[in-house]
Amino acid sequence: MAAIEQDSDRFSLGQLWFDKRYRAVVMQILVVAGVCLFVAYIAVNAVQNLEALGKTFGFNFLWAPSSYDINQSLIAYNSRDTHFRAGVVGLINTGLIAVGGCIFATILGFIFGVLRLSSNWLINRIVYCYIEFIRNVPVLVQILLWHGVIISTLPSPRQALTATEGIYLSNRGFYVPAPIVEDAFIVVVIAFFAAIAGVVAFRRWAKKHQEATGQIYPVLSISFAAIIGLPVIAFFLAGMPLTLDAPELRGFNFQGGMVLRPEFTALWFALSVYTSAFIAEIVRSGIQAVSHGQTEAAFALGIRPNWTMRLIVIPQALRVIVPPLTSQYLNLTKNSSLAIAIGYMDLVATLGGITLNQTGKEMECMMIVLLIYLSISLTISAFMNWYNRRIALVER
Amino acid sequence: MSTLKVLLTASAVTVVGAAGASAATLDDVKSKGFVQCGVSTGVPGFSFTDDAGNWQGFDPAVCQAVAAAVFGDSSKVKYTPTTGKTRFTALASGEVDVLARNTTWTLSRDTDLGFTFVGVNYYDGQGFMAPKALGVSSAKELDGASVCIQTGTTTELNLADFFRVSNMSYEPVPIETNEEARTNYLAGRCDVYTTDASGLAASRATFDNPADHVILPEIISKEPLGPLVRQGDDQWADIVRWSLNAMINAEEYGVTSENVDEMAKGTDNPDVNRLLGTEGDMGAMMGLDSKWGYNIIKQVGNYGEVFEQFIGSATPIGLERGINAQYKDGGILYAPPIR
Repeated sequence: MAAIEQDSDRFSLGQLWFDKRYRAVVMQILVVAGVCLFVAYIAVNAVQNLEALGKTFGFNFLWAPSSYDINQSLIAYNSRDTHFRAGVVGLINTGLIAVGGCIFATILGFIFGVLRLSSNWLINRIVYCYIEFIRNVPVLVQILLWHGVIISTLPSPRQALTATEGIYLSNRGFYVPAPIVEDAFIVVVIAFFAAIAGVVAFRRWAKKHQEATGQIYPVLSISFAAIIGLPVIAFFLAGMPLTLDAPELRGFNFQGGMVLRPEFTALWFALSVYTSAFIAEIVRSGIQAVSHGQTEAAFALGIRPNWTMRLIVIPQALRVIVPPLTSQYLNLTKNSSLAIAIGYMDLVATLGGITLNQTGKEMECMMIVLLIYLSISLTISAFMNWYNRRIALVER
Repeated sequence: MSTLKVLLTASAVTVVGAAGASAATLDDVKSKGFVQCGVSTGVPGFSFTDDAGNWQGFDPAVCQAVAAAVFGDSSKVKYTPTTGKTRFTALASGEVDVLARNTTWTLSRDTDLGFTFVGVNYYDGQGFMAPKALGVSSAKELDGASVCIQTGTTTELNLADFFRVSNMSYEPVPIETNEEARTNYLAGRCDVYTTDASGLAASRATFDNPADHVILPEIISKEPLGPLVRQGDDQWADIVRWSLNAMINAEEYGVTSENVDEMAKGTDNPDVNRLLGTEGDMGAMMGLDSKWGYNIIKQVGNYGEVFEQFIGSATPIGLERGINAQYKDGGILYAPPIR
């Protein structure tokens, strides 16, 4: 015994490589050291080269006045504000296009995905052609195409198309009246949140009630009615505390109201349509992945067709759909940086574009832009992973 | 895609970078055998590709003069088209040796961005162009207009200041290149296009009906346009600076590409003799041979010749010399003596 113990205590250098246990650790240390060295090399190199170029590294430029204007801003902004604020304006614009695009793409994608499975030969072929065409034309081309179509075919503001007073469509954008809220509008907001709270409580009670008695309430329709109805009733009771600011043609352009600019519309359509083709295929594969036996079994139990879809097919299909859907959301968000091609002022156009150019802080601006995109992507990823876990098959 | 380019050049600064630190651009240029010249993506008259696909124009002429001075052959230039946004990164990263691209000389670009402007080859100012049909006669009437503007330029900053100080509102329509501006402006996406007045004249010349568009009288800024190089290599900056000065001086002394052979035999004027290398040894002081000035004038021409060839009153661009005339003729063009 003693001899054996002595043997394993005696440590030779060769063991580091030839002994399996040590080798695993040594390899890991080597890899980590290599990565660290590589990162350090890049950092040192960057610092040296910046020095050689006579450039300083720092983020103080963010607090200097930006001196440029941005046409679409959801927060107050003018050319006297800082580069930081210009970056925030761009970030909000990126967020707007990403959220709007994801929603629209999902709706379109689900519709086309279901139509793709239609037993009607004509519909199913048309959708097939649509998907193949859209998927195989580069998204940048589609963005430029939509933008070109909008600015070239729509009339100038003076000959704007109009449906009724206050709604105008021209090559400067789609103008609609802007709601201006009065103080009493708070009642409507309160009613809205009260309705949501009520619905949550009602659903819980309905579920318990169903488990206890088997009696089923139309939870979905009641929820919708409450969430929409209650604020509407409150709105009228409060004496309609909302006025409309209609756009009107003054000088060169429409003034007042709200506007969807051609750049936003083109980008929104192009990204949504492009992504929807991929989502349609994902939805189709998801639905097809649920074996037909499931539907048949449900029918055999006497469950109604729309319930079969809602309670049996869709929950199982979602498990297949959600992970690739996440990638599509990430793609859409990252593709939104192509906004620069048509002059939509997103994050890349403001902080990564004009600010970078006017201040000459390439490294700093690019670092910020990269980090922000990374955080957005990781956030979407985290949310979708949470949702995926939630809908995952719970095994008992 | 320009975004990609910015990213690539940014990473080039990080990883390779060495080119940016080059102490002796002249040696690099000599060893690779050509001058890498950053030009715009195309402004009629100022920089454009001819039928054979070669870059020509008022701005490339500066690079051709540098090549003539260094190699004795004005064709030893390779061109990199840059947009208003990518140009500085291209120069800073060492992708180009000279930037000759209607770029405004400003303090921050000269210092903070780490470049050296070597002179001015066109004194310009920012103007506005609008369709005649709009009935606008002054820039002060532009309240509420949509304005097409090239991003990453000084004009973008002037525009913001002009409208703010005049207490007017406007919708900026940001675009990347002159060509894009043309498309948007003609499609009616914007009411007005603003850039350097020379650029407006150049763009208007290419419209189907130039007479339908009017350039408003207001000039809202000073835009001295000139070639620039990276800061920190004085020898290279000197070569570019004096290549430009040689062209301006040649016009002042009356040396043209036609009479340069005659004059190179020796004249009574020592200024001309020093320019053409028959007196003194000016070339050696810059690390060039003594025929540098002769080669520039012989192969590229003097300032006036280049001006008239590409943008002068006889061309479709039709620019007058105006303040870009020699100081003797009432302009402000005044090159230091070659001595």
